[in-house]
Amino acid sequence: MSDSQDLTGTGAPQGGPQPGDRDQITLINVRQGQFGAQGDTSGFDGLVRPVQMPGASERPYGEWFDGVVDVLEELLGDDAAAAIEHVVVDRGELTLRIAREHLIAVAQHLRDDQDLRFEMCLGVSGVHYPADAGRELHAVYPMQSITHNRRLRLEVAVSEADPHVPSIVSVYPMNNWHERETWDFFGIVFDGHPSLARIEMPDDWVGHPQRKDYPLGGIPVEYKGAEIPSPDNRRQYR
Amino acid sequence: MTQTAPHATGAFTDDPDAPEYSAYGGDWSEIADEAARLGQQRIVVNMGPQHPSTHGVLRVMLEIEGETVTETRAGIGYLHTGIEKNMEYRTWTQGVTFCTRMDYVASMSQELVYCLGVEKLLGITDDVPERANVLRVLMAELTRIGSHLVAVGTGGNEMGATTVMTTAFIAREDTFRVIEMISGLRTNNAYIRPGGVAQDAPEGAVKAIREMIPKVKQKLDELVDLQLANPIFKGRLKGVANLDLAGCMALGVTGPILRSAGLPYDLRKSEPYCGYETYDFQVPTSTDGDAYSRVVLRLEECYESLKIVAQCADRLEASEGEPVMVADKKIAWPAQLSVGSDGQGNSLDHIRHIMGESMEALIHHFKLVTEGFKVPAGQVYSAIEGPKGLLGVHLVSDGGTKPWRAHFRDPGFNNLQALGILTEGGQVADVVVAIATIDMVLGGVDR
Repeated sequence: MSDSQDLTGTGAPQGGPQPGDRDQITLINVRQGQFGAQGDTSGFDGLVRPVQMPGASERPYGEWFDGVVDVLEELLGDDAAAAIEHVVVDRGELTLRIAREHLIAVAQHLRDDQDLRFEMCLGVSGVHYPADAGRELHAVYPMQSITHNRRLRLEVAVSEADPHVPSIVSVYPMNNWHERETWDFFGIVFDGHPSLARIEMPDDWVGHPQRKDYPLGGIPVEYKGAEIPSPDNRRQYR
Repeated sequence: MTQTAPHATGAFTDDPDAPEYSAYGGDWSEIADEAARLGQQRIVVNMGPQHPSTHGVLRVMLEIEGETVTETRAGIGYLHTGIEKNMEYRTWTQGVTFCTRMDYVASMSQELVYCLGVEKLLGITDDVPERANVLRVLMAELTRIGSHLVAVGTGGNEMGATTVMTTAFIAREDTFRVIEMISGLRTNNAYIRPGGVAQDAPEGAVKAIREMIPKVKQKLDELVDLQLANPIFKGRLKGVANLDLAGCMALGVTGPILRSAGLPYDLRKSEPYCGYETYDFQVPTSTDGDAYSRVVLRLEECYESLKIVAQCADRLEASEGEPVMVADKKIAWPAQLSVGSDGQGNSLDHIRHIMGESMEALIHHFKLVTEGFKVPAGQVYSAIEGPKGLLGVHLVSDGGTKPWRAHFRDPGFNNLQALGILTEGGQVADVVVAIATIDMVLGGVDR
């Protein structure tokens, strides 16, 4: 499985930093400097550090992970290699990176197969990785099996230019509001959702507030003659 | 709709075709003419967002025909405060003070799930001292009791039984006295911290816990006596807001609602954390799946939680003087709190140490408090059994001192999706019962 594989199919520019020789799963952030404000006198301004997610794991994955991946691969058949892009085992948790075209099929198998039986999807958490060029927006689905008492994570990455992920509400009706929330905050469009309206922000709100390029807001506060900048503009450790 | 149990809010006549008009003010003949002119037209009513029966600022859009609800939609977002976004701009430790304010009725459950997540990211889950885990369990259970008492109490209040509310709140106040004694605050405690808890239980805490237990038990007994055999209470709750197991599984409903449908799913048993596997307690379940059974379950869970609290008191007594924070000084919060003549503040011993004795200690304190500790890059999911159901958190770290992303799965947010299935086809008055039985807190739903 190549790590340079275009995950989105949109040909979004693959610019940005591509550092490191490890198997790059997700470039979380490129950290610059040591402090929040630019132009400080510490000499750390020129520091550039790319931060990666833990890389793909090799078999055996340990615990029950191998069995679940085996069953899923068998059920997916010829699509398995294309559907499961990476398998990551980190901190005792299994993450399956899924290509979006196969997300519904994977969800269907996870729910219905008796050896998998992940009855519940605990929602979808959006994450914005602006530095991860071409796959900036991630939808993360924690899946819970009550029968087998297991939990795993599905992760789908798409680009900001084409932020479409198929809705899994048809498989997991419980995800209805969760997908609306992730649309609201991250602008990920869940295709096939019965009613993808904003849920937390007002209907006429512009922008998706939890993206990293959306400012936190806030105003400077004057305290005893000194002006304290708003939290996102403060000089601070990173 | 057929009703098996006698019901307090049903129509006066059994004839389903009989027209029914309610009005406040105005001339009756004009109202009747107007109603006749409109015929069977459906009426849409907005309940909330400032309605006293909606547990905060929930807007419920009801489409009604007479007294029957034909469609229900819930509108949320009125209490969205951007807590998850704000957490991205604060250190990992400061995150506790934010997440504790989401579901403000179950503050410490959220602190616990968040700290368990941070510890998993740090890889120090097994390093948390035993005494800290006992204190965490104690706090989580006191929080559970408080949350269930609010659920039962406000539920009673919304049906017009003020005594149920006052009794429940008196008992909750008793749990708050212990919580305040140990953490310094009644709610929004920021007591559970990554690596342990903020401070050790003060002298006399075990005694206070033991004195609290019979008081709360007595109030619980009162609530049981007051409600469970009461014909009006049964009339309002039995057979109302039904949700069977299939419905729960389709909508991802957890907590007392799921257990009232017959599935004994409780993360304290299925995925024990903080040493729950070593405590002796039961998970009450029912198969009725109605509002009445959920009140019974919440009260039974309070009794079970009191059993755990009693066991915590024994363990606190046995572990007197043991640490309540991880030994790693690079993570452990440097200061301890103490109560002085002018109230609670930093311990004077600690101030003397950093200001008068050790410059290195001062530097360490300053670095850890202002900069915080770095958390290795990666993502985790941690889940606990909150009072209202499965409470989960997804945390992503970019290797820095602040969360890259913190996303909470509030059980109320998920469970509120079931409002439609709980209310459609029932009476308007039962919507209030259904909202109370979901027991969401809008602060947690909207975050």
